[in-house]
Amino acid sequence: MGQAFLDNSLWRNIYCVLAGDSASCAARDYSAGFLPGDMAWLAFLLTAAAIVGLFVNGVLGGVIVLIWGERRLFGRFQRRTGPNRWGPFGMLTSVADAIKTMFKEDVVPAEADRILFNLAPVLIAAPALLVFSVIPFGVGTYVADLNIGVLFIMAVTSLTTLSVLTAAWSSANRIAILSALRSIALLISYEIPMALALVGIIMLAGSMSLGDIIAAQNVPFIIVQPLAFFVFFLAAMAEMARAPFDLTEAESELAAGYLNDYASMKFGIFFLAEFMAEISTSAIVTTLFLSGWRGFDPIPSHFWFGAKLIAVLFVIIWFRMTLPRLRVDQVLKFAWKGLFELTLINIVVTAILIAIWPQPTTSQLWMMAAINWPVAIISIWGVSKLLGTPAYDKPQPDADKTSYPVASEEIPEASVYVVESTTPAQEGGD
Amino acid sequence: MAIKTQPVTVNLGPQHPSTHGVFRMRVSFDGEEIVDVEPIFGYLHRGSEKLAEERTYTQIVTLTDRMDYVSSMLNNQAYILAVEKLAGIEPSPRGVWLRMIASELQRIASHLVATGFLLQDLGALGTPLIYTMRERENILDLFEMVCGARITNSYLRPGGVFMDAPKEFWPALDRGLDDIVNTIDELEEYLSGNEIVFSRTKGTAVLSQELLINASITGPMLRASGVDWDLRHRAPYDYYDKITFERKLHTASDNYARYWVRVQEARESVKIIRQCIEQIEPGPVRPSFDDVPRLIRPPAGDAYAAIEGSKGELGFYLVSDGGIAPYRMHVRASSLINLTLLRDMLIGGQFGDLFVTFGSVDLNMGEVDR
Repeated sequence: MGQAFLDNSLWRNIYCVLAGDSASCAARDYSAGFLPGDMAWLAFLLTAAAIVGLFVNGVLGGVIVLIWGERRLFGRFQRRTGPNRWGPFGMLTSVADAIKTMFKEDVVPAEADRILFNLAPVLIAAPALLVFSVIPFGVGTYVADLNIGVLFIMAVTSLTTLSVLTAAWSSANRIAILSALRSIALLISYEIPMALALVGIIMLAGSMSLGDIIAAQNVPFIIVQPLAFFVFFLAAMAEMARAPFDLTEAESELAAGYLNDYASMKFGIFFLAEFMAEISTSAIVTTLFLSGWRGFDPIPSHFWFGAKLIAVLFVIIWFRMTLPRLRVDQVLKFAWKGLFELTLINIVVTAILIAIWPQPTTSQLWMMAAINWPVAIISIWGVSKLLGTPAYDKPQPDADKTSYPVASEEIPEASVYVVESTTPAQEGGD
Repeated sequence: MAIKTQPVTVNLGPQHPSTHGVFRMRVSFDGEEIVDVEPIFGYLHRGSEKLAEERTYTQIVTLTDRMDYVSSMLNNQAYILAVEKLAGIEPSPRGVWLRMIASELQRIASHLVATGFLLQDLGALGTPLIYTMRERENILDLFEMVCGARITNSYLRPGGVFMDAPKEFWPALDRGLDDIVNTIDELEEYLSGNEIVFSRTKGTAVLSQELLINASITGPMLRASGVDWDLRHRAPYDYYDKITFERKLHTASDNYARYWVRVQEARESVKIIRQCIEQIEPGPVRPSFDDVPRLIRPPAGDAYAAIEGSKGELGFYLVSDGGIAPYRMHVRASSLINLTLLRDMLIGGQFGDLFVTFGSVDLNMGEVDR
C-alpha cells in the first residue's frame, strides 16, 4: 500500500490513527498508531474494513430514514398523516417492518431455479452499494476517486437489470418474465440518452473523475447544462424504474413484476436495493449537476451534500406521488424520439461553446448558461409538441345541442336516438 | 431468419390488485400486445336474486344494497320503483325528493370512485384515489346523517324513505356540495390537463356506436360515444321531469371520453341536487301504514322499472304471485352487460392498457355476480 491508496483524507485519517506510519502520515501529527510499525498491512485491512462498514451501514441507515421519510411524505401528499405509531413521528416503523420481513416464511416456488433464485437478491444489492464507492459525500469522504468515475457509475447501475432478469427467470413466472423484458427494454433505451447527457458535462469538466467534475462546477452544472440535467434526471428515473417509468414493478398491471415470488428477507433485500438505487441516483445527480458537496464556508461540506441529496430525493418522491405511469411503447418512444434528440442538441451546442471558451472561467460558465437555457426551453418545447398527444378534433358535441331542459323537451319514443356523431379523432397512439 | 414466437397466456386474478374485486381474466399476449382475453367471473355470487324469493318486499331492500356496493342508494331506488310499479303505490313527494337527493349523491360518490380507481390503474400511486375517496367519505357522512348507515344504506322504502333527514343535514349538504365542486375542479385542474393521462387514455379502447348499441351498453360508456341516452331524460322516473340538467356527451368513445363523461356527470348531479333542495317541501316521507302496509302483497303480475344508475341502466324485474315475497326477481345489472364488450376493447391493445380499460368500464363485481 503506497501513497496512492492514502490519497484521500478519509483513508488517511483512519489509517494513520491505526498505524501511525511515518512515511504515509508525515504531514500529520500522529506520534504513534495503535498498531506496531511493522503491521501496516493489518492497519490497511482494518482501514478498508472500517470504510466499507462505514459506507454500507451509512447507506443502509440512509435507506431506513428514506423509507420513513417517503412514507411520511406520501401521507402529506395524500392529505393523511402517514405512519405515526412506532417511535417519535413513526420513525421506528421501518424497523418494525424489517423485523416483520425477517420473520416471514421464506417461500421458494417449486419450479424455481433455486440457485439463481437465491443469487438474484445478492446480485441486486452489490451494484446498488458499489455505486457509493465513487461518490464524494464531503471533502475527502469517498472510498475511491476513479479517473473513470462517470463510466464506472454507468457500468455499475446497468447491472441491476441483470439481477432483475435473474430473479424473473429463476422464479418461473410469466408475469415476472414480462416484467424483466420491460426492464431490459428500459435499460437499452435509457442507457444511451443517459450516457450522452453526461457527455456535455465531461466536456466541460475535461475529466471523468467525479472529484474533477465537482471542482469544475464553479457554477452548478444544472445551470450550465439544463438540457443535460433534464435528460439525465428522467433517464435515471427510468433506469431505477421509478414512477412514472415504474414499468417493471407496475403494481396495477403486473402486481409486483419480478418480485411476485419473493418472500421474506429476499424480498426485503430487493426492497432495500430499490431504495439504495434511489439514494445513489440522487447522490449522482447531486454530484454531477448540483456541485456535490460545494457550498459556502461556515457550513460543513457533508451538510451541503446531504441537503442537496434530500432536495433531489424530494423531487423524485414528488414525481412518484403525482404522476401516472406511462405505457411501455410510450416510454420507449420518449427515450428514442425525445431524450435522444435532446442529448444530441445538447452535445452540439456544448461543443460549440467549448470551442469558443476552451477553459471556461466562472463568468464564461454563466454566459454558457445564458445560451443553454433558451436552447433547452425551445428544444424541450419542440419535442413536447412533436411527441405530445394531439387534441381531439372536436372534443365534445356543441354545448347548445346537449344543454336543454328535460321538462320542456318532448320525449321521443323509446327507440335509440343517436346524436349525429363525428368520427373520433385518429390519435397517434404510437 | 424468422423468429418463431407464440402467445403467452397468463392468469390475472381473482387475487390481483387491479381487478376491482374478484374478477379473473385469462389473457394471452404476444409481447405486449393482447391477442385474447377470457373473462371469468362468478367468484362473488351470493344468489341475491334467489334469496329475494324468500324475503318480503321491504326486506329485499337490504339485498339490493349489497349488489353494487358503491351505489347502494341507486340500487334501492331502482328496486323501490319496481315495487311501486308492481303494487301501484303512490309515493310521498318529500320521500321522492329525498331519495332523488340520496341517489344523486350516490351517483357522485360512484363516479368519484370510478375516476379515482381509473387513475389508480393508470399508475398514479394512490394520490388521486385518496383525493376522490376523501370526497366520497363526506358523502358517506351525509348518508350516515340521513339514515345511520354509510354503505349498505337500505334507506328507501316502498312509497318513499324510512325517515326524514335531520335539520343539520341541510347545511351539511350545502357545504358538502361546495366541497364536491371544489374537489372536481381540483381533480380536473391536475389530471384533465396531464399529458400522461392524455397519452394513456386518448385513443385507446375505442368502441363504435353500433357495437355499443348492439351490445345494449348503457350509461357513461354509451354517452362517451355520443349517443344521447339517459333514462333520467328519456324515461323520467321520480321527479326528474321537474329537473333541468345537461346531458354531457363525448364523441371519442375512448377511455378518456368515459373518464370525462363521468367527471362532468358528477358536476351535473350537484346541480340536480341543488334543484331538489329548492323544490323539496315539508310533508310525510312515506305513505302511512294504512296506505302502504309493512307486508306488501302486490297483485299477481310483473313489473320492470329501470333507472339511470351510475354505471348504466339498472333495472329490476319483479314477478308477483300475490304473496308477500316476489315469485321471481331479476336484475338488469349494468356492470355485467357493460363487461360484455371487454374483449372487443382489449384485443389488439397493449398489456399496459388492460387494467385502464377495465377501470374505464367502471364495473362492480358485486353487481356482476350478484
